[in-house]
Amino acid sequence: MNQSLTTQEGSKLANRSRTSRVFEWFDERTGINKLLGKALDEPIPGGVRFAYIFGSGLLFLFISQVITGVFLAIYYVPSADHAHTTVAYITKEVTAGSFLRSLHSYGSSAVVVVLLLHVLQTFVYGSYKGRRELLWIAGCVLFALMAGMAFTGYLLPWDQKAYFATAVGTNIASEVPLVGEGIKRLMRGGADMGTLTLSRFFVAHVFLIPSVIFFFVAIHIYLFRKAGAAGPISEDPIAPKQKAESFYPRQLLMDLVFSLLLITALSVFSWLVPAELGPKANPSDTQFLPRPEWYYRPMFHWLKFWQGSQSFIGIIVIPTIVIVLFVGLPFIDRKLERRPWKRPVGVIVFALVFLSFVTLGVLSYRDDRRNPAVAAQIAKQRKETEEFMRTPFEPETASSSLAAANIALADPLAAQGKTIFEAQSCNSCHGDGGIGTPAGAKLIGVGAKMSPDQLITVLRQPTAKMAEGGMTPLKWKDDDMKAVVAYLRSLK
Amino acid sequence: MEREDQSIEAGTQQSEGRAQLAAPLERRSFLGLLFGVGSVGVTALISIGVASISALLSVPIVRFVLHPLSAKTTETAWSEIGAAEEFSAITIPVKRLMTVEQRDGWRKVISEKSVYVTKGKDGQLRVLSAICTHLGCSVPWIEAKGQFICPCHNGVFAPDGALISGPPPRGLDELETKIEGGRLLVRYQYFRQLVPTKEVIA
Ligand code: FES
Repeated sequence: MNQSLTTQEGSKLANRSRTSRVFEWFDERTGINKLLGKALDEPIPGGVRFAYIFGSGLLFLFISQVITGVFLAIYYVPSADHAHTTVAYITKEVTAGSFLRSLHSYGSSAVVVVLLLHVLQTFVYGSYKGRRELLWIAGCVLFALMAGMAFTGYLLPWDQKAYFATAVGTNIASEVPLVGEGIKRLMRGGADMGTLTLSRFFVAHVFLIPSVIFFFVAIHIYLFRKAGAAGPISEDPIAPKQKAESFYPRQLLMDLVFSLLLITALSVFSWLVPAELGPKANPSDTQFLPRPEWYYRPMFHWLKFWQGSQSFIGIIVIPTIVIVLFVGLPFIDRKLERRPWKRPVGVIVFALVFLSFVTLGVLSYRDDRRNPAVAAQIAKQRKETEEFMRTPFEPETASSSLAAANIALADPLAAQGKTIFEAQSCNSCHGDGGIGTPAGAKLIGVGAKMSPDQLITVLRQPTAKMAEGGMTPLKWKDDDMKAVVAYLRSLK
Repeated sequence: MEREDQSIEAGTQQSEGRAQLAAPLERRSFLGLLFGVGSVGVTALISIGVASISALLSVPIVRFVLHPLSAKTTETAWSEIGAAEEFSAITIPVKRLMTVEQRDGWRKVISEKSVYVTKGKDGQLRVLSAICTHLGCSVPWIEAKGQFICPCHNGVFAPDGALISGPPPRGLDELETKIEGGRLLVRYQYFRQLVPTKEVIA
């Protein structure tokens, strides 16, 4: 009994020293121990709190968006012709496709929610105070970049709401004096929305903005660590005096719990109410009422108040003032006092701005419900979306041989030519629909190279090269010749 | 105002005015902590957290990526070429154009293929691909001779598709057929040329 215990303990010890030797080996080469120590031993004055989880939550959501986004790109094609089909394919056919797309789509909403909570926490705790201006500004840049991600991502499915919401969104740019039209054109890749708009939005959403986000996340975290955690509202933000607790392990655990909560909530949502896809964008639809995602609703409603000559004030001047006030907050409010009740002006202004956003959003939804015509149209759009979601996936027809055959059938002369082409066994060498075989040249596109008269000439009197390939001179009636030429010219 | 000045002063005086941990932890083995040598409870909790988060994310992603393993993306569907009855009384091969739909992920390629419906020696309906087994020309039925004659290198085939003479290595290829609800269905496939045995090209 005793003996066996000792042996067990002995082997445990041996094991441990072996693992620690592996760690040592690894650490000597990477210096990872010190690095992890630096990362995890961040002192938090006043101890850990659930109030501090939002930053890590955002980081987690961003990573989750990157991962789900990268995988969605496996099946997605960013072109006006295919985008909608490929998203429908993801949603309706690919295993777990609807779920993954929902995670990504709802993930953007989650980012906005957690971002607002992060800002709210930072504001209420006055954590932007005490030499944290650059940290705050980097955060503001990240805020704007996230808004850009939401805006550019919304277009990618290329369904009705995506198309028309982006048409409205890009239109706002034209309110900017002088350069407005130019900006709008640049965003759209042309005067109108089209496949170039989609390419631009795709590149912005997938390459440009994310790389800038990575950069600013690094800056934001670096500046945060440089300034140190601000701690509770009673703490001095520059020279903290309260007893500090390390980030590891309790704060890390709290952050993990929050991330787990976020991904669970997103999964449950995605499972129960999968994100929808509407019918493909139809630019000629004049009835469609575009409505943006909920977080853009306040802005959307705000724009309705401003028309004509005043719109410049409402769309450019006032938002710019709000943005400047927001970004400049740590420069304007320079006192180190952090307790909210001791800085009523800031808190009241902040609350008012926040409340007006909420009110604008609520008004936007209420207006839609109260106006019977609008409500009916929106209900109709809802129904169309539901109907589209119910219909099984319809693959896109590739623009190959059959398209040509259809054109041929549409023109009776060409249709007659097709019959002759087959009856005379032209297809034996040149292939069905003129696709070409080892024995005969491809005829698709021949109409672009030769005029009808030229075609008739070479058919009656083949060139030396053609004759060498086995082409015989054709002695058909003029009408038959014309019909075959019409058919040949239809092969594209 | 008063407080601000004081604190800033305090901050500048204490050059390292940062929060200090009661006991600096830098000398701890964090690598060890992360790999389970440290405090068992904490490590277990962290591992559970990280594992659940990764599982929630990776399960749908793996299924998403593995979709092609379970999807029939390139399989050719059966296409109808007419009522079976229509062909019961044929004495010579009849040419039919059939529409072949091939799925390629989110798109489909539709093409028209000509096939011949004919009767074998046993009197059973057979459907032949019109593609020559030599170099792939379309082979027409020459009624005057009662044979299939390939215009490219004079390969000659019997009405049931059997090779008679010429360079082709084998007879015309028979396609899989079935009769469903009185309709004749055919599965169009391509076969390798220039080989004596029929081999499907995927
Ligand atoms: S291709 Fe038919 S005989 Fe050569």
